Amino acid sequence: MAEDNNITTILLGGEAGDGVKEAGISFSKLLLEVGQKLFISFEYPSLIRGGHNSCSLSFSNEKVFNNLNELDIVIAFNKETVELHKKELRKGGIIIIDSDKAATSNNNLALPMSAFTKKQNAHHLARTSVALGALVYYFSLPLNKLEKIFKESFKNKAKDNIVLARQGFEYAKKNNWPQLKIKIAKKGTARLIDGNQAFAEGLLSAGLENYIAYPMTPATSILHFLAEHKDKYKIKVIQPENEIAAAIMAIGASYAGKRSAVGTSGGGFALMQESFSLAGITEIPFVAVISQRPGPATGVPTGTGQADLAMLKNAGHGEFPLVVLAPGDAEESYEAGARALNLAWQFQVPVLVLLDKHLSESIASVDLKENKKIVRGKLANIKEKNYKRYSFFKDGISPMAFPGTRGLSVKSNSYEHDERGIVTENPTIVKKMFDKRFKKIPLIIREINNQSPLKVYGDKKATNAIIFWGSTKGAVLEAIKNIKQSIKAIQIISMEPFPDKKLASELKQIKKIIAVEGNAIGQLASLIREKTGIEIKNKILRYDSKPFNPADLAEKINKELKK
Amino acid sequence: MDLNTKTKITWCPGCPNFGILAAFKSSVSDLVKAREINLENLAIFSGIGCHGKITEYLNLNTFTSLHGRAIPLALGAKIANPKLKAIAFVGDGDVYAEGLDHLIHAAKKNSDMTIIVHNNQVFALTTGQFTPTSPKGLKSKSSPKGSIEEPLNPLTLILSAGASFVARSYALEIEKTKKIITAAIQHRGFSFVEIIQPCITFYDTREILKNKIKWLDEKYKTNDFYGAFNKISKSKEKMPLGIFYQVKKPIFEDEV
Repeated sequence: MAEDNNITTILLGGEAGDGVKEAGISFSKLLLEVGQKLFISFEYPSLIRGGHNSCSLSFSNEKVFNNLNELDIVIAFNKETVELHKKELRKGGIIIIDSDKAATSNNNLALPMSAFTKKQNAHHLARTSVALGALVYYFSLPLNKLEKIFKESFKNKAKDNIVLARQGFEYAKKNNWPQLKIKIAKKGTARLIDGNQAFAEGLLSAGLENYIAYPMTPATSILHFLAEHKDKYKIKVIQPENEIAAAIMAIGASYAGKRSAVGTSGGGFALMQESFSLAGITEIPFVAVISQRPGPATGVPTGTGQADLAMLKNAGHGEFPLVVLAPGDAEESYEAGARALNLAWQFQVPVLVLLDKHLSESIASVDLKENKKIVRGKLANIKEKNYKRYSFFKDGISPMAFPGTRGLSVKSNSYEHDERGIVTENPTIVKKMFDKRFKKIPLIIREINNQSPLKVYGDKKATNAIIFWGSTKGAVLEAIKNIKQSIKAIQIISMEPFPDKKLASELKQIKKIIAVEGNAIGQLASLIREKTGIEIKNKILRYDSKPFNPADLAEKINKELKK
Repeated sequence: MDLNTKTKITWCPGCPNFGILAAFKSSVSDLVKAREINLENLAIFSGIGCHGKITEYLNLNTFTSLHGRAIPLALGAKIANPKLKAIAFVGDGDVYAEGLDHLIHAAKKNSDMTIIVHNNQVFALTTGQFTPTSPKGLKSKSSPKGSIEEPLNPLTLILSAGASFVARSYALEIEKTKKIITAAIQHRGFSFVEIIQPCITFYDTREILKNKIKWLDEKYKTNDFYGAFNKISKSKEKMPLGIFYQVKKPIFEDEV
């Protein structure tokens, strides 16, 4: 198994409503318990019951950046899973299938999952436990640890799952299934977390007080996570009538002095454009996370894509300073959550964070480095008379005060305004106020440059480079293990302000640059040309709603390098 | 107590907006003197339109928002700091067209805020087009042959949506308007005050309204939903004015 690569990949597949995701997570928890490192992703259609769902689970002793698509094991809860995924099966790989669902063939291991479940009179969702028990046998893992995981997840309903897992285990043993040995190590401090939850925890670490969002896949699980834990974190979570209201409410809450954020996908953010511009002119701290899915319009709601960079970097009508960050994995997503709130309050600017479905919903085993920094920003001396919300300061940052402060009034205005916040059409003041806002840009650049606006992997002296962003990072880092020539891999994290000088210097010695992006036109490549004048002619683009597959990607990169 | 800013007032001379501003300032002065509110806790929001300039003329916490967006802005501030007294001045085009969803949902939530609608039945700042409350047949720059739509009845809509205080006043009756605004600010929950206002430049209804308005008599009961609904539905001939409905209901910000 997986001789040429120490990553093992299992795919669990079934109908929506079969509990595929839950089963994948339970087994992942077990692997984490025995010290494995994991990456887990999910594919599902936009419906509640029926349709094909799958969970891909890759694990290794070393860090796993992305799933591999060469499967070692397919667990098929229905026949369709076999049909859909048998071509992805590695040579010598096995299919474990519910014996009720299909006749066995040579490389199939039949397991009476449905039969055991019926006999036990258990809920149909408990059927997956039979398979997990058999997997425990297959990988020579401790069954009691799986039982403990069931108890933690299902509480007093875990009994059936435990019995069925034992039956699966015994069945595999009795039928002399092959067995492998995973190196069992002590459980580290890593835990399983997806990109969305990591982002939410990042926001919380930087003092989030309100989260306001209208449901939209794939950002919705941030709303779910924060709504579930709002009492624990003492935050307010609001689901308003639409995305416009969400963004405006967040601005209202920040105006009143509370750290707020909103979350949506591309379509929802399109509705937030005017609010975003309002945050720009009123210099009110604003944070939005946009988890991309393929558009245009409703597009492919449960697919992944990276096609909203162009919209975000030009977000909002008019001109004003803004920040756009694009993390590439769960750790960076956590950091981006914390940085977004801190940057927004430090500089009184809107900050956007771009995620995508593959990052938002994929789970990785990570050790998050806890953020303890909360930047409150420049606050007004409340004893000051004649407070002016937009007073001209050398650095362009005016001290903030909030309604409810005795002896002063805080005036904000969507019209161009004077220092006091009163509407103006005086061209001198209009220009001065623009200049004041733009004075912040060099300060933002300095701050961003201290926070890795780009990262370099691979051979730092290579003359070939791949450039990428967002969740494509995982596939690229797995793919470059199989690139024949030496290669430098550059990840852009800060899209605005753009690290043009740093990137130009990284590309100085490069003869061939390849952009790898999840969109149809190469939006990062366009941005690089705009900001640095460097034209990237070689592009590997994927826009079929699926994430990059490392093996395919390696092949394509090798081909580009041969050209 | 100086509630004025030094900003030059740019409403048309004689605009009933002056009446609304005067009524509001007088109401605030009384409430502050009676220690019912603290000035620093007042947070005033407005939309865009002639009405929206009111925030420029008030030396208070104010936020001149976008067209139609004063209400969610007020709601956000209220969530952040429930001690604030949130008041949103909005226009008929502003709140019944662009921002209608926000109005209905804030009423549904019984969010603790006061909405004051400057209803002049016309878009004035954009030099005269029909709005959702313009009468059928109104000739305007965007309806030169007369508007083909029936006007909306905002009061029945807002009552159905869940508002716990529904009133209507007339901008030229400053004393009565002040009393209604005061009652609306004192009310805990969603208080909605529509102020009928002639636009002396683009739609001067002063003559029409003179014989049309009719104040509720003192025996009128404000706690009867269906009574209120009937009263404000049958307003073809006469236009009733006063507080139609006022009840206590759970408040969104107390529970969120």
